[in-house]
Amino acid sequence: MRLRRSHLICCAASKEKMAAHLSYGRVNLNILREAARKELREFLDKCAGSKAIVWDEYLTGPFGLIAQYSLLKEHEVEKMFTLKNGRLPPADVKNIIFFVRPRLELMDIIADNITSEDRHHSSRDFHILFVPRRSMLCEQRLKEQGVLASFINIDEYILDLIPYDGDLLSMEYESAFRECYLENDQTSLYHTAKGLMTLQALYGTIPQIYGKGECARLVANMMLRMKREFAGSQNQILPVFDTLLLLDRNVDLLTPLATQLTYEGLIDEIYGISNGYVKLPPEKFAQKKQGEGSKDLPTEPKKLQLNSAEELYAEIRDKNFNAVGAALSKKAKIISAAFEERHNAKTVGEIKQFVSQLPHMQAARSSLANHTSIAELIKDITTSEAFFDNLTVEQEFMTGVDTDKVNTYIEDCIAQKDPLIKILRLVCMQSVCNNGLKHKVMDYYKREILQTYGYEHMLTLNNLEKAGLLKPQTGSRNNYPTIRKTLKLWMEDANEQNPNDISYVYSGYSPLSIRLTQILARPGWRSIEEVLKMLPGPHFEERQQLPSGLHKKRQQGENRTTLVFFLGGVTYAEIAALRFLSQVEDSGMEYVIATTKLINGTTWIKSLMDRPESPTQ
Amino acid sequence: MQAVLPANSFLPFCVDNLNKESLTLYVQMIKSKVDEEDYWHSSKFKAFTFDDEDDELSRLKESRQAVNNIRRLVEEDDDEDDVERISWSGEPVGSISWSVKETAASSQRADREPAFPKISTDTPSISRSQSGYSLSSLFKGKPKVGNFQTFSDALTDSSVRLYAPELRKPKSEYKDYVSDWSPEETVQRLQQGKAVSLERFRTLQDKLLLLDHAIAAHDGNVITAVLIYLKRTLCKEVLFRELESRQTALRHFIHYLSETQNQRLLLELHRALGRAEDAALLQYKEHLSITDENKRRDFLKNCLSLPFSAEDLAHVQDHYTLLERQIIIEVTDRQAERGGKVEIFQKFPRKALILNMPLITTLYYCCFYHYAEPEGTFSSPLNIRQTFKISEKQYFVTALAARAKLKAWLDVDALFASRNWLGFTRKKSPLSFQRVVDILQKNSAPTHVLQDYVALVDDGELRLTLAQKHKCHDIVISTYRDMKDRQLLLGYRGKVVRGSAEERKIDDLLSNPQIRWKN
Repeated sequence: MRLRRSHLICCAASKEKMAAHLSYGRVNLNILREAARKELREFLDKCAGSKAIVWDEYLTGPFGLIAQYSLLKEHEVEKMFTLKNGRLPPADVKNIIFFVRPRLELMDIIADNITSEDRHHSSRDFHILFVPRRSMLCEQRLKEQGVLASFINIDEYILDLIPYDGDLLSMEYESAFRECYLENDQTSLYHTAKGLMTLQALYGTIPQIYGKGECARLVANMMLRMKREFAGSQNQILPVFDTLLLLDRNVDLLTPLATQLTYEGLIDEIYGISNGYVKLPPEKFAQKKQGEGSKDLPTEPKKLQLNSAEELYAEIRDKNFNAVGAALSKKAKIISAAFEERHNAKTVGEIKQFVSQLPHMQAARSSLANHTSIAELIKDITTSEAFFDNLTVEQEFMTGVDTDKVNTYIEDCIAQKDPLIKILRLVCMQSVCNNGLKHKVMDYYKREILQTYGYEHMLTLNNLEKAGLLKPQTGSRNNYPTIRKTLKLWMEDANEQNPNDISYVYSGYSPLSIRLTQILARPGWRSIEEVLKMLPGPHFEERQQLPSGLHKKRQQGENRTTLVFFLGGVTYAEIAALRFLSQVEDSGMEYVIATTKLINGTTWIKSLMDRPESPTQ
Repeated sequence: MQAVLPANSFLPFCVDNLNKESLTLYVQMIKSKVDEEDYWHSSKFKAFTFDDEDDELSRLKESRQAVNNIRRLVEEDDDEDDVERISWSGEPVGSISWSVKETAASSQRADREPAFPKISTDTPSISRSQSGYSLSSLFKGKPKVGNFQTFSDALTDSSVRLYAPELRKPKSEYKDYVSDWSPEETVQRLQQGKAVSLERFRTLQDKLLLLDHAIAAHDGNVITAVLIYLKRTLCKEVLFRELESRQTALRHFIHYLSETQNQRLLLELHRALGRAEDAALLQYKEHLSITDENKRRDFLKNCLSLPFSAEDLAHVQDHYTLLERQIIIEVTDRQAERGGKVEIFQKFPRKALILNMPLITTLYYCCFYHYAEPEGTFSSPLNIRQTFKISEKQYFVTALAARAKLKAWLDVDALFASRNWLGFTRKKSPLSFQRVVDILQKNSAPTHVLQDYVALVDDGELRLTLAQKHKCHDIVISTYRDMKDRQLLLGYRGKVVRGSAEERKIDDLLSNPQIRWKN
């Protein structure tokens, strides 16, 4: 598998190369991508003639994972605009298509666009494509605004699960956790079930379903129900997945709060990866050519795409950051040696051979340069005192040290007015690791936070309480130590360089969610019944009947494949841990990961905040 | 880390030599880092192992070096990297988000007001990118290489044919002509976005049956659609009552009301269901949309009668009191500033209004502009501390930072002294003196001030480190003297200014025959 990847990289310069990396995994996710593209083409062809697309800006990211502009261009899309109030820009096209999420505020903008249109001079046709679903509420709003009749087509583009990488699917549904656990709106679960049905339609019925948590139970119920509704037609595809594991994020609230220590995890923690892209400070990427000073430092952030299509990145992203330096230096030696080869090229044939390899070598060089720069940027932060202090406190909490007292470090951070989200992450972590905070401790933190950051954050604190991230201690015993010990959540001797356990991704802490996954595969959840009962929500097992003849005849030693679906988000470190498990030689299991959204502690807490859109200040 | 080597310091000929050269530098670096190392190792946790710090560091450097060297060998243009073609605006060329900007550029109208402050139309970057690429060349894509193209073509042809028929045609679709749908069928049609009339559900029983089927489908969209119908056709009391026993529908209804900003009905709903606290918080939230400070204050005052939990009520009370004060302080200070007679406002003009700032910011402001005021005034720091029960530590940190910013060292001094009843012999602080030094240093306190506080740091090792960092020579010198470490003292002589008092002090010590040096 690895070999094929590096081989293909050489010709990956083709125009749709982005898709290539989706096909090397255990499951060819390119099929899903192609299905999505087909759907998009069909919709575009429905609106005959030239077109302009008006984009809900948020959607351009997820769509970028499905298609490039070239595809739209082939289907007569001549202009593209971002959605905003006022008159639509002039464009000599037959069709105007709005690509939008079903949101009321966006409907108002669309209505404004339509009413500002000059009816006498324009004969443009309007269409709406809702992503991922049509919405009654939105259509009603358009009706109220008196523009619903202006649309020739109102359609939906079911973009539930977007292939993100060879083993990773994301719904890119940012508010899923908030909706499920705060607003108790289960729409995202419905979309999840729908997405899983699509997946089964393409990759075969998944015979075994396991789950833990309220939402997991609901999704499984919906899936089984949908399957009954389709009972007329049998799925004749040989199942690719053996097992589906549905996990509620609130079964493991701790993991996303901890600072991720893998390379990719740290990139996300520090710079934020969005739809597979990261924006980095440009200084480190400035080219210094000889004789040139550093006169024109770029001011715009450097934007890089991060996925397994890049050989080097695929190699290092899941490593603990402390092992990245060694990997980069090894790579540097190989590349340097390859360039040195030119001295040995004597004959014309040899030189030709060398030259033919140059593009690949240059790509490798450039990739090495980028990641060396990124690693240097991250290194500056991980070696800072602030980072170390923060990590120390996190690890104290995770090992159960002094979780029932007011923590001096948190107190100091508040006094220094460190970012509120950092404070909230730590306080929530303390609460989770103590199974709730003592009343006195909780009151103290709350008062300090409100006094320092503003009383309006009362709303945010209330949200965190509702979501269970922050809670007062009730009569019951603190069961976190039991959970920690039974599931071996803390490993004293985590090996960062040559890991032998998933705990390497947090330098000691093994993500609870992944431990559950690991134990499910072997020896099975029966061995941890007691702990499962301590975690919120039911755990269950369901079986889906396969038509006879589709039962897999497993080859000796053939791995099984499990799809792990994280409802409410997953972190890059958790993904790294699962990839690690896939690679462990005798595990006999390969994992494909799906989620509502890729998250980290910061984006997650942010999604739960009641941000005051304060007009003051 | 500071020791990252400048790329130009290497001769670009032989990689092996370079590594040796960097190795020597690297060894030197290890030596200078010994102190720091000890610090890391003394920590309780070493999980994120900083042991291989140096190893790691050198490794990164190796790859940085290699990168720089190879770059010189191949003076290629970075735009030609086949990693990704990036336009000047940073977006990969051909990506959708990039193309949105690009295609819009040609028809961009100058008079358009951007409605979203977040979305930048980014005109400068567009014009620059046009200079680099012509529009037509952009979308040609990259030249096809090898047989890669056929790979993806093949995929389109074969595998997608597996495309499941069941995806599109659930069985209910074949009954499109019937119009008298059962509740179950109605829900299904709603889910598929097909036209359907809810009007035929007339009795309460029918409506509830419909609602229950919608709930069972878990499609928020459908549930909401049914709820909108029920809201229109049922009276509030009945609707609220029925929702109470249907939690899922209730939550969707709440979501719908807040989305459509139907505050009035939402509050009524909360009250009807006995969710008084939720209602109170919801109402409180509205203050955020009130811009006028007096109106906001009055609104907060009204909030005080809402049924908050005791704890939340105390916070809202504080919020109200704070804003009330801020308004008074703002009026007074604005006058004082305009009057031009109060020195501090002339010397340090205010940069922003104090209105709606957090409490601690307000305290800082008052420590800055109103420090010496008697406790009776609204703007007196002591009064604020009392009224809002600010913790000792918070008050201390804030006052310290504010007075240090003003370089009012006497005030700073007094902060510590006033804690002590036994005649001001010892300085006491609710903060560690290390933090105190940190705060003072951030406010650029001079050495002679820092020195006093560095001296008070309990831990000897830490004190020495801080003294060295902040050039508090006297402390370093006397520490070495107490350690009877002649070598260190000799070494430190090189770090002080020639002919300075410190140098003389060192010389005196070194020539003092009464000290029994250990080395």
